[in-house]
Amino acid sequence: MVPALAALPLAGLLLFYAWPLGTLLARVLRPASVSDVLGSPGLGRVLWFTAWQALVSTAATLAIGFAPAYVLARYRFPGRRLTLAIVTVPFMLPTVVVGAAFLALLPDRLHDTAFAVVIAHVFFNVAVMVRLVGAMWAVIPTDLTAAARTLGASPVQVLRHVVLPLMRPALWAAASVVFLFTFTSFGVVKLLGGPANTTLEVEIARRATTLGDIDGAAVLSVLQVVVLGAVVWWSARWQRRAATAFAGGRTQRRARSRSERRWVPAVVVFTLAAMLAPIGAMVARSFRPGDRWSLTAWRTLGADEIRPGISLGVDPLASLLVSLRYAMVAMVISAVVGGLAALAIGAARRHGRLLDVGLMLPLGTSAVTIGLGMLITFDTDPVDWRAEWWLVPLGHALVAIPFVVRSVVPVLRAIPADQRAAATTLGASPLRAWYEVEVRRTWRPLAAGAGFAAAISLGEFGATTFLTRAGRDSMPIAIDHLLGRTGDVPRAQAFALAVVLFALTSAIIAVADREEVLDARGS
Amino acid sequence: MLEVRDLTVRFADRVVLDSLSLSVATSEVLAVRGPSGVGKSTLLRVVAGLLPPDSGGVWLDGIDITHLAPHRRRIGLMFQDEQLFPHLDVAANVGFGPRMAGASRAEVATRTAELLTVVGLEGFGSRRVTTLSGGEAKRVALARALAPRPAVLLMDEPLTGLDRELHDRLATELAAVLRSTGTTALLVTHDHDEAAMMADRTVVLGDDDV
Repeated sequence: MVPALAALPLAGLLLFYAWPLGTLLARVLRPASVSDVLGSPGLGRVLWFTAWQALVSTAATLAIGFAPAYVLARYRFPGRRLTLAIVTVPFMLPTVVVGAAFLALLPDRLHDTAFAVVIAHVFFNVAVMVRLVGAMWAVIPTDLTAAARTLGASPVQVLRHVVLPLMRPALWAAASVVFLFTFTSFGVVKLLGGPANTTLEVEIARRATTLGDIDGAAVLSVLQVVVLGAVVWWSARWQRRAATAFAGGRTQRRARSRSERRWVPAVVVFTLAAMLAPIGAMVARSFRPGDRWSLTAWRTLGADEIRPGISLGVDPLASLLVSLRYAMVAMVISAVVGGLAALAIGAARRHGRLLDVGLMLPLGTSAVTIGLGMLITFDTDPVDWRAEWWLVPLGHALVAIPFVVRSVVPVLRAIPADQRAAATTLGASPLRAWYEVEVRRTWRPLAAGAGFAAAISLGEFGATTFLTRAGRDSMPIAIDHLLGRTGDVPRAQAFALAVVLFALTSAIIAVADREEVLDARGS
Repeated sequence: MLEVRDLTVRFADRVVLDSLSLSVATSEVLAVRGPSGVGKSTLLRVVAGLLPPDSGGVWLDGIDITHLAPHRRRIGLMFQDEQLFPHLDVAANVGFGPRMAGASRAEVATRTAELLTVVGLEGFGSRRVTTLSGGEAKRVALARALAPRPAVLLMDEPLTGLDRELHDRLATELAAVLRSTGTTALLVTHDHDEAAMMADRTVVLGDDDV
């Protein structure tokens, strides 16, 4: 049964992930191109900025996310669940939406700066702090910190000697997740960094799509894969020190003392304001092409002509339809492949580990690398699929499948082995027992995973940059194009389209289970 | 001397402690006995400074400490479920209080060794607290609470959850430790025998059903 279930996922993984990656690697194995690229001027600056902004973004996220993580983990207050949801949503938002939102929020002189990149990264990743670190904080018994107080520890000493040591594994996990995301950040850096602030990911895309320097792009992709692999290996070593397990139980309480009643609401209000301000600015700017309020951007969203005869070359509303079609296809592919893979992993029990890890690999590979690999692999007969529209949603599915697998596998793993035996003793055939006990339980998490796959597809930008074809632009590509145009109306149109994309994605996230996916990304 | 005067604590509409007063003389061990839900743990939390009272106050040696932060009170608390720090070994748990007080490494080591001897756990310093038996954990908790030389030691059901034989043996041992160290202690328990074995004097809260 396991081979039958695993066949399709494995074939897909080999054909659309392993082969393109192998092609990339083969390109790099020519010594001349490697030394050419690594010796090229400007590369040092790109590498330096990539590492530097990732470190600063990570440090800033940990520092800024600390207060909201603490308040949400330890205090009970009206609107707590809603606050938690609002803080979590940005993590799943399309990078292009976050980039557009900060373009709308920040004054012009802060556009194209490292500051803009870092602040947008913090906005994105505060959710990681609140969820991963907050989850640990929420289970540290209140009596444990009380015990430290009765032994003479001041609140600061309690934090230093008790709370932080206990949260160290969670802090490391959060730091490495944020570092990996910001190191491979593409959309945010492309939109907010400007020409002076280029990360490896943006440089790969620039070489491949603007300069036509595929060899150079391939070398940098492989370099990035190596760096990422090293970081993952290093952080895994650190995290192996086991976290302390607590029995759990409610540790949240209402703010009691006078100072608590002042600063707890202050943290909540400030966090909510910081989370909502960029989105609010984006909505406002979509109604303000230039200096006056107007509906022009929204009214012209359906046409690629702003005035008769003057075409923008980008049709915003058409891109919505394209994106919806991509999302549907990506959702079906990832639900089928991810569902089969999860069942195979579940059925194989211990030996499912290999497939599990294999399917996670695309998540650890940057979107740009995946797109570039597919671009240079599927360009000759009999696999000349570059012009095929389905290559785009296929790339999306590759990125999304790990999320589907992550939401289904834990459910299957939690089923005691004896349940199937129990079903058999009650007269079910082995196949029927498997269906009743395991398959039936995958529907709910599978639906949630499929929802996330759709959300990921709607916002996918990195891989799409390589695979998109003129006239079939998805929403993120259209937003990027519109932001690149001069003139107030295209810019306002970009914000309007970003508002639509934001509304669509957050609606999908709201329906699917939020916690499930964040756990998946965190693991 | 520890004095509790007219202490009242309400949770929502429920009055948990109603104008309670009691005092513990220096080096005295006082037991407060009563059925569960009568506010025994609440009393200890107020005295330790972990819970502000609605009215009334706590005095230590004639000084009003009602609004003093818990870490400045010199009042130790032995929790019912020990609350040993899981990330520290036995020695670091016992040495925690002196370390917070800024004692030197050598002073911390001496004090830790001294207290491990008092509770009969010499050589246990490098053990992980997660590997301790129930009785060992109680002894470590006692050593840890005594290490910073508290003016008063509060004990919340210190021997609950142990089997009868260990319970009786530990009750005698703990009582001996409290006497030999001259500790002023306030002990709350629902157990008649425990109160009788360990305390100089017993106060009964709520209906005495014994």
